[in-house]
Amino acid sequence: MTIKEIFETMDYGLAPESATEAQSWIAANAPFGLYIDGKMTKAGDTFATNNPAHGTELAQVTQASPDDVERAVTAARKAQPKWAALPGHKRAQYLYALARLVQKHARLFAVLETMDNGKPIRESRDIDIPLVARHFYYHAGMAQLQDAELPDREALGVCGQIIPWNFPLLMLAWKIAPAIAMGNTVVLKPAEFTSLTALAFAQICNEAGLPKGVVNIVTGDGRVGEAIVNHEDIDKIAFTGSTEVGRLIRRATAGSGKSLTLELGGKSPYIVFDDADIDSAIEGLVDAIWFNQGQVCCAGSRLLVQEGIADRFYAKLKTRMSHLRIGDPMDKSIDVGAVIDPSQLATVTKMVEAGRHDGVVYHAPCAMPENGCYYPPTLITNMSPAATLMQEEIFGPVLVATTFRTPAEAIEVANNTRYGLAATLWTENVNLALDIAPKLVAGVVWVNGTNMFDAAAGFGGVRESGFGREGGWEGLMAYTKPRGKSKTLKPIAPVVAPKDAKVDALDRTAKFYVGGKQARPDSGYSQAIWSPKGALLGHVGIANRKDIRNAVEAATGATGWTKATAHLRAQILYYIGENLSARAAEFAGRIDAMTGGNGGKKEVEAAISRLFTYAAWADKYDGAAKPVPMRGVALAMHEAVGVIGGFCPDEAPLLGLISLMAPAIAMGNRVVLVASEAYPLAATDFYQILDTSDLPAGVVNIVTGPHADLASPMAGHLNVDAVWAHSGADISALVERESAGNLKRTWVNNAQSRDWTASESKEFLMHATEVKTVWVPYGE
Amino acid sequence: MDWVRSVQANTSAIERRCASLPGRRSVKKAHQAAWLLKAISMIDLTTLSGDDTAGRVRRLVAKAAQPVRPDLLDQLGMTGLTTGAVCVYHEMIEPARATMDQLGVTLPIAAVSTGFPAGLSPFHLRVEEIRESVKAGATEIDIVISRRHVLTGNWQALYDEMRTFRDACGDAHVKAILATGELGSLRNVARASLVCMMAGADFIKTSTGKESVNATLPVSLVMIRAIRDYFDRTGYRVGYKPAGGFSKAKDAITYLALIKEELGNDWLSPHLFRFGASSLLGDIERQLEHHLTGHYSAGYRHPIG
Repeated sequence: MTIKEIFETMDYGLAPESATEAQSWIAANAPFGLYIDGKMTKAGDTFATNNPAHGTELAQVTQASPDDVERAVTAARKAQPKWAALPGHKRAQYLYALARLVQKHARLFAVLETMDNGKPIRESRDIDIPLVARHFYYHAGMAQLQDAELPDREALGVCGQIIPWNFPLLMLAWKIAPAIAMGNTVVLKPAEFTSLTALAFAQICNEAGLPKGVVNIVTGDGRVGEAIVNHEDIDKIAFTGSTEVGRLIRRATAGSGKSLTLELGGKSPYIVFDDADIDSAIEGLVDAIWFNQGQVCCAGSRLLVQEGIADRFYAKLKTRMSHLRIGDPMDKSIDVGAVIDPSQLATVTKMVEAGRHDGVVYHAPCAMPENGCYYPPTLITNMSPAATLMQEEIFGPVLVATTFRTPAEAIEVANNTRYGLAATLWTENVNLALDIAPKLVAGVVWVNGTNMFDAAAGFGGVRESGFGREGGWEGLMAYTKPRGKSKTLKPIAPVVAPKDAKVDALDRTAKFYVGGKQARPDSGYSQAIWSPKGALLGHVGIANRKDIRNAVEAATGATGWTKATAHLRAQILYYIGENLSARAAEFAGRIDAMTGGNGGKKEVEAAISRLFTYAAWADKYDGAAKPVPMRGVALAMHEAVGVIGGFCPDEAPLLGLISLMAPAIAMGNRVVLVASEAYPLAATDFYQILDTSDLPAGVVNIVTGPHADLASPMAGHLNVDAVWAHSGADISALVERESAGNLKRTWVNNAQSRDWTASESKEFLMHATEVKTVWVPYGE
Repeated sequence: MDWVRSVQANTSAIERRCASLPGRRSVKKAHQAAWLLKAISMIDLTTLSGDDTAGRVRRLVAKAAQPVRPDLLDQLGMTGLTTGAVCVYHEMIEPARATMDQLGVTLPIAAVSTGFPAGLSPFHLRVEEIRESVKAGATEIDIVISRRHVLTGNWQALYDEMRTFRDACGDAHVKAILATGELGSLRNVARASLVCMMAGADFIKTSTGKESVNATLPVSLVMIRAIRDYFDRTGYRVGYKPAGGFSKAKDAITYLALIKEELGNDWLSPHLFRFGASSLLGDIERQLEHHLTGHYSAGYRHPIG
């Protein structure tokens, strides 16, 4: 075309980024081996990694063998003690060097990422790689501050990390930076589609002089991931990927003692109220669902528009979609690049085909490339929550839309999902925004913006979007554990019935406490509780799955407690303490009678103190305002987890129960507690205290019965959000396995004992809360 | 007026869009040259100084008529390219007209008016000033609005004022200068844009060049979105003129990309888009020579205006 012709058409023309340097780098290093113990190995059995934009092969990459994984874990294990023993400042220097090296090689990383993944060069250059560098800088600081700020915590050990293909290097950074900052060593597996930037990263680990074995990178398919997940000498698994695989990993690691964090799928709502800046909300959608071809776990993929503006909004959105440019991701003027792989393209195509009749499908009228793996930006309107595509994650550039009438309905529709990763809302009304944000079930909420990320701000989900946070101080909890060694728990068996029963008191019937009322066991069975001296102390009911169901139902309904002010919750906790104090001697006597010891008085005193401790914390476990690099704030808000099922310990029948209950309800949770199996009467007596302490019905529910039988209905209950298993019974594995159903949070003792007299750490508050990050950019 | 009051503009979202735009659109090589030539065809080559003289305006007009060295234009295949217009004070209309007659070219002459730049002279004189300028041969009138009407939310007064100015312009095009740097918020910019369009502005323009903040990308985005909204609802295409605040060829490309993205190709024409600028042309000339020679150019190789 002549200049004069272009002068008339005003086309953009081509603006290709050069692939030359990246190609030379590949040529110099391929076929690729693995990065183990500070060295690249020779390539083994290899497979092709392709450029999805053209369908061409980029390089051969090694499929790691079980032996390779073994070597990597061994190297990581060997390196870990020395690495953790380095002063924080020394580790900070290494992380700082990695950050600098990422910046120095920024363009190589960006081009490699785009070639391997298909994402527009604009995104890898302007978003992914700068965030990678930022993550290492930020965590260099965390290493520096660790000794001073986290004296009570230490590294977990060897971390197995499995990352997805949608943000290959960024996810690597999110995993490796906090892990090694805290003194862990890692074995990381990049996704099989996108190994190249991880292998380039391996090189800069050497350039940074990172001690060998601290970072190990093994490439390959799911079999390599499986080998990592099942490896006995790995202390922690961190996985980002699909909910389906997350569930498998949860089951596979159940009872292994491994820590686990999962960052899984989503179907994040994108809510537009009628007072929003509509053009900006539409532009936000471009960054929500057409960013990275919609292959983003937190993509705003479910559009909810207030009914009165919906038609205009859709019309404007379609106009905006028509301006999207789809094509070769190496072109600097491309908005939407290639989908990762033909298999993913087929999945997206099939899903839209199957669900198209539930709504009205609009494909952006963009010029489509003839070859390569492309799917047009798509909008499906007139959807209802019942449509499959409104519930299932598509993981492609497909937006589904529905309308709502009121803010309350917006929340209802938004939360009508198994996922809970992110949510976006647009309104110019600060009252509305700050009212809605806490009500959305999501780990991240963006107000008047979307897909904003920063190392200082926690990222992660609730519900089946996984658990654990990445970024910020809260992210470090996923890579540290409380200091100190634990001892193996000595189980305490219930006292067996004596041959010569002493029955001299008036019969007292302990019932369950469900929904603020005493309830008989559904089973109709009871069990006698004897003192070691042979006295009958009373009977307790034997709960079954229906009693659990009823208790969970009651807890689920007690939502008022979660909305109550922290001050009110504190008052009630103090009041419980006061009422317990009034009957201290009776409770002490009961404990001594059950255990045959004389520690009852002390235990009751400790229990009263514990109630005071969490009454105190109720209004003091502050969130944070994160200094993210923009004009605005990212608020880290502590929210209640929801309904928590707790299995109480036997070592301290009253104090143990209160140690679980108090932090949980202080933070606004509702609980279903299964009393100590050996000494349940302290718990059943205690409900009388609750009954007289103004505690709303359903906030605390108490049942008695065999933990081994109740673990499965509790951990498998899909309306329970967390299970804390501090049981004397060996139920940790069962609880973790059954929790996979709705991926509820679990906190299990792995048959380790705990000193309940000293269990007042923030660890309890941490387990009782989720961190929700609410991004509020502002400016007039 | 309900429409006006319902308009929202979220500043940080608008800034993010603008900040990422240059990274989203890149125009290279022949396309870049063509786009820069297009930018020239949209420049209102401007002099608005207290020390303007007939001689100064003659030079300006000559440059507007031949904005790029003829040998370069020949090589680019764009002989005959001129800027979009010249923009001067009322007193300079006559010398501008005379120079065009002498050179045998006809370019639009834009005159700033209505008590430019503050717009606080007696209202009847401001209206009269428009009539005088039209009579003197101005084909485009750049009026300034009363900022106080915007700052006090008196949209009716703004509408009435703009309407009167519009009528006084007769057949001449009228550009409404909002002085966006003095309007306090992007929301006010959006609302003032709408009101001026409703009252008959052919163009809306950011600034006089005399405010401390002139055209910016966020202000531009707000104004062109208002233009788009107005077109969607009424079918009328209103033009846009950013003034001041940019001087580089790269800025011009970014502006054109913004227009193309938000308004579409229809607006990439001097009828609907103008740059109010004085130093932008010099940088574009150097870039064009670089395109032709492959070597970075020097300012003195290009004739001044």
